[in-house]
Amino acid sequence: MKQYGYYPGCSLERNASAYDKSTRAIAPALGLTFNEIDDWNCCGATEYISLEKLPAYALVGRNLALAAEQADNGHQLVAPCSACFLNLRKADRYLRDSPVMARQINEALAAGGLHYEPGSIKVRHLLEIIVDDIGYEAVAEQVQAPLTGLRVAPYYGCLIVRPAFDGQFDDMEYPTTLDRLMSTLGAQVVDYPVKAHCCGGHMTQISEPTALELIRRLLKSAADYEADVITTLCPMCQLNLDAYQDAVNAYFGTDYQIPVLYFTQLMGLAFGLSPEEVGIGQELVDARPALAHIGAVEEEAPAARRRPSRKKEEGLPMPVMPEEKTR
Amino acid sequence: MNPHKSNGAKKERIGVYVCHCGSNIAGIVDVEEVSRWAGEVLADWGVVVSRDYKFMCSSLGQELIEKDIQELDLTRVVVGACSPHLHEATFRTACANGGLNPYLCEMVSLREQVSWVHTDKEAATEKAKALLAGGVARVAFHEPLDAMSVPINEATLVVGGGIAGIQAALEIADSGFPVYLVEREPSIGGHMAQFDKTFPTLDCSACILTPKMVSVGSHPNITLLTWSEVEKVDGYVGNFTATVRKRARYINIEDCTGCGICEEKCPKKVIDDVFEAGLGYRKAVYRPFPQAVPKYPVIDTENCTYFQKGKCKACEILCPTGAINFEQEDELVELKVGNIILATGYDLFDARRITQYGYGRLANVFTSLEFERLSNAAGPTDGEIVMRDGKSVPQAVGIIHCVGSRDKNYNNYCSVICCMQSLKFAHLVEERTGAEVYNFYIDMRTAFKDYDEFYQRVLHEGVHFIRGRVAEVTDAARLPGEEGKLIIQVEDTFMGEQRRIPVDMVILSAGLEPRSDSTEVAHKFGISCSHNGWFIEKHPKLDPVATMTEGIFIAGCAQGPKDIPASVAQGAAAAARVLGRIQQKELALEPVRASVIAEKCSGCRICNDLCPFNAIGFDEEQQISEINPALCQGCGTCVAACPSGAITGTQFSDRQVKAQLEGLLAFATMSSEPVAA
Amino acid sequence: MGVTATRARAPTFFEEVLAETPGGSANLEMCIQCGTCGGSCPSAADMEHTPRRLFAMIEAGEREKVLRSNTPWYCVSCYYCMVRCPQEVHITDIMYSLKRMAVREGHYRESSAASVPGFSETFMDMVENYGRSFELGLATRYHLRHHPLGAMKMATGMGLDLLRRGRMDLTPRRIKRIGELKAILAKAKELGGEEG
Repeated sequence: MKQYGYYPGCSLERNASAYDKSTRAIAPALGLTFNEIDDWNCCGATEYISLEKLPAYALVGRNLALAAEQADNGHQLVAPCSACFLNLRKADRYLRDSPVMARQINEALAAGGLHYEPGSIKVRHLLEIIVDDIGYEAVAEQVQAPLTGLRVAPYYGCLIVRPAFDGQFDDMEYPTTLDRLMSTLGAQVVDYPVKAHCCGGHMTQISEPTALELIRRLLKSAADYEADVITTLCPMCQLNLDAYQDAVNAYFGTDYQIPVLYFTQLMGLAFGLSPEEVGIGQELVDARPALAHIGAVEEEAPAARRRPSRKKEEGLPMPVMPEEKTR
Repeated sequence: MNPHKSNGAKKERIGVYVCHCGSNIAGIVDVEEVSRWAGEVLADWGVVVSRDYKFMCSSLGQELIEKDIQELDLTRVVVGACSPHLHEATFRTACANGGLNPYLCEMVSLREQVSWVHTDKEAATEKAKALLAGGVARVAFHEPLDAMSVPINEATLVVGGGIAGIQAALEIADSGFPVYLVEREPSIGGHMAQFDKTFPTLDCSACILTPKMVSVGSHPNITLLTWSEVEKVDGYVGNFTATVRKRARYINIEDCTGCGICEEKCPKKVIDDVFEAGLGYRKAVYRPFPQAVPKYPVIDTENCTYFQKGKCKACEILCPTGAINFEQEDELVELKVGNIILATGYDLFDARRITQYGYGRLANVFTSLEFERLSNAAGPTDGEIVMRDGKSVPQAVGIIHCVGSRDKNYNNYCSVICCMQSLKFAHLVEERTGAEVYNFYIDMRTAFKDYDEFYQRVLHEGVHFIRGRVAEVTDAARLPGEEGKLIIQVEDTFMGEQRRIPVDMVILSAGLEPRSDSTEVAHKFGISCSHNGWFIEKHPKLDPVATMTEGIFIAGCAQGPKDIPASVAQGAAAAARVLGRIQQKELALEPVRASVIAEKCSGCRICNDLCPFNAIGFDEEQQISEINPALCQGCGTCVAACPSGAITGTQFSDRQVKAQLEGLLAFATMSSEPVAA
Repeated sequence: MGVTATRARAPTFFEEVLAETPGGSANLEMCIQCGTCGGSCPSAADMEHTPRRLFAMIEAGEREKVLRSNTPWYCVSCYYCMVRCPQEVHITDIMYSLKRMAVREGHYRESSAASVPGFSETFMDMVENYGRSFELGLATRYHLRHHPLGAMKMATGMGLDLLRRGRMDLTPRRIKRIGELKAILAKAKELGGEEG
């Protein structure tokens, strides 16, 4: 069994509890043991760092310090939420780059009886450990109910692929790991061009029209490519695309009805778990019609909206891409 | 303490000259004090005269030295001034003019090693004195040396048959001397042969290039070896031996008439990713383009049905003169030449690396070389500027400057030609298709003759210029009017607003990069590459075509990105340098070099592989290493590495180096109070 | 920056921004005004000044205009600008610095994004008291303070939906060692204050 420190983050406790539930549900099949960090605190999202510098890094520092002192982790800390993932690895990297700030942060941590040696924890994203440490083949072995016929738009969002604070997990503009994971589950992966564009983060609270436009762009592209479901790996992205879909429709006069599920939920379904076991039902835009496509729920599948397929045209040859990954 | 006394040397008569270099040295180092000190304190070491002067390198400064040598019978000279790189030759010549062997002169750097790197004046002055002391101590052990002469073979090897190599070859050949031109592709012509028109004149590239290519092909003094590569280079300036692999064409060139039937009838079609930039096709037996020089095709064995599967042989069957020869083998030839010119050109930046521009994913994004082939009348679309489907004419075209250049994520440098090339593309697209053309740039770099006028012309033709570096090229439509288009998203920095421009076709002006094997090639010829991978010139301002290795010259884009006129100029410049050498018939080499003391050499051969200039060989009979004096550059690596201390260097003998150290250390124990005379 | 001052003087606005930004050199002096940032920004259309123009203003020393602008508040932290910048300017980190400076000096109050910091402040109130974020508390307090009408809309629409689906806590969760966290943050604030 591979052991990892686990940092769920505030969202996974309630708003994105489906993400947490489905992650824990598939962990045994993948040979993963998650040791939740005891008494972790909020990472500060994008809020604290807009107001204060040292306290913001100290807030994240406490989590790194706790992870470092709690053994059985292999010094690895897994965050399923992209924003937490960013904050944790950015803090660690900047503390490594700036000995002065590291000293100050440790002085602050000492007031709470803690200490953190920059570089002693390796921060990973949940998708990263599944793809890199477990591997597509091991995942394929667990697939019992392939998601055949389900058109999935893989949505990465920003913070899992940018910036490359410590090595590059996937391409920053056009990543393909989640695409390949979905293929491994048997789904039909949609070539989703805006898959690494921004959902707007907390802009819904700052300027709703701005946020709704960003969300609209993502929904439109998914609809243009006839996706049955969008899959995400960040609670903020899921909230924006799912909970605000009605608001987008109201504001722009559109009628998108695309469910947004966590990739771990789809993995769970493909592994043969029931919809309840992976938290289906928490999403505001109902996922059941999409899941009917693959027989995961007992319902009539809705008539598919399909554009006539474009014939492959003759013409001038295209350049060959370096790794032609199978989709 | 007198290092000379302890080393048992006879007392020389040493002249010391301390240069002010205006305020360059004098601003930090108290040069008058240093000079006075040397005259008084180092008199014990043999200094008979010590002067300071504002500009030692001036004629008057040099005359000081010449006069003193004659009037004061100086036997050694020490000049404390700038770096030897600049004026070592000047002061050596001054000594020679005064009647002293030039190698009895030692230069001490008081500028690059003292005044330019320190700000503490007192400490700098002390350091200057210390260095001078080292120089004075050492110079007593210098020996008079004579420059060595080597004969120059009048043949020249030019590597690379692009425009720079062609120019160099023609200049030398026209002067009556033999040239070997080696080119790795089946034909000469290089990248210039791929272009459609050239800026700023809009000359047809092939029209101006092919006459030179034909001259090369038919020149009595040029031996053309295409489909060939240099495998090994031995020797030294004036006497190189280059081993060249002439790859098998599988065509007997004595019988081949260049009729082209083999190519026409060959059933195997493959994508031509060299000449056609991946946009067109060629056959397994092919000539890269119709005006190829030489006219003989080659067989690409990796794609030839006969070589892969043992079947077909259509070319052999149909060739009217029976010129196909499947049994042909590679041939290794040895060329003896006196000088070598490397003109190996550039590779195009791989635009697939910039994922957000969509090249390779989005069908209608093209690179510059792909566009040249589109636009070229002999290209895959007969010169029709059409989209990837091979037939639709674009209504709007975006041209992006600086792709993979001026970017710390890829290449930090500017590729020089892309702005002019992008303007050329804009003109051609507008003229041939009437499409709306948009150029996206950061700066407009149109520096040379008639270049800015060309920009004015393209402005006048109604091309849209948006100053902003393109952020993204996407097919994800956001607004109506964007469906089915490629959208270029950019900040129009003059307006200060983000804009989305829908176009049908995007052309990426991709940057120029060194050839992927430039480091290996440099090593083969004994020269160096910069950190970017371009060949390094001897001096970036004053000697752009020579290298640090005597006899090896560079020309064209191999030295750095440049346009055709500059490549031609460099080819001609390299040729002129070579011709100068050939005319002299022999070359004087610096006598600063290492030599093996045969009795001390144990034959361990550690030095053999260490030599960066491949100057050390091994005498199998005597079982000792030997240093080729013409190839040796006197770097001292072998001297330091030899475990037996069997290698010594003229100008860097153990005795000289020890004396220099003792001089430095003696200063450290000396008081700097003037010694009573 | 490679510049050494030859005499002591107060730092310029440009230098202050650089000093405020953590993580090695922010490289703002390397900006060539190419506009990749403004071209990449998803929310550029709603900004008074594109990021690029804001940097020109910082270089020109326009302290008040910069700190009053809404640009940093509309940054969504997508990091596109930072990874695409050809001169490796740490743009997103600079935006956070500008937010902090604007709040510290009160300039944001005159910006069109005046209510924006209130969201972050309310969020942080929750975290400092409970150690975890508390969305219901955050939403009610923030909206009641800044967008009372919006609050009503939320309460009847999405807010209820989320509650119904079990995606919102009615009461906050508190970490065990909240005292430890408070001590750490207090010390950090004290050290940050010393920096000036």
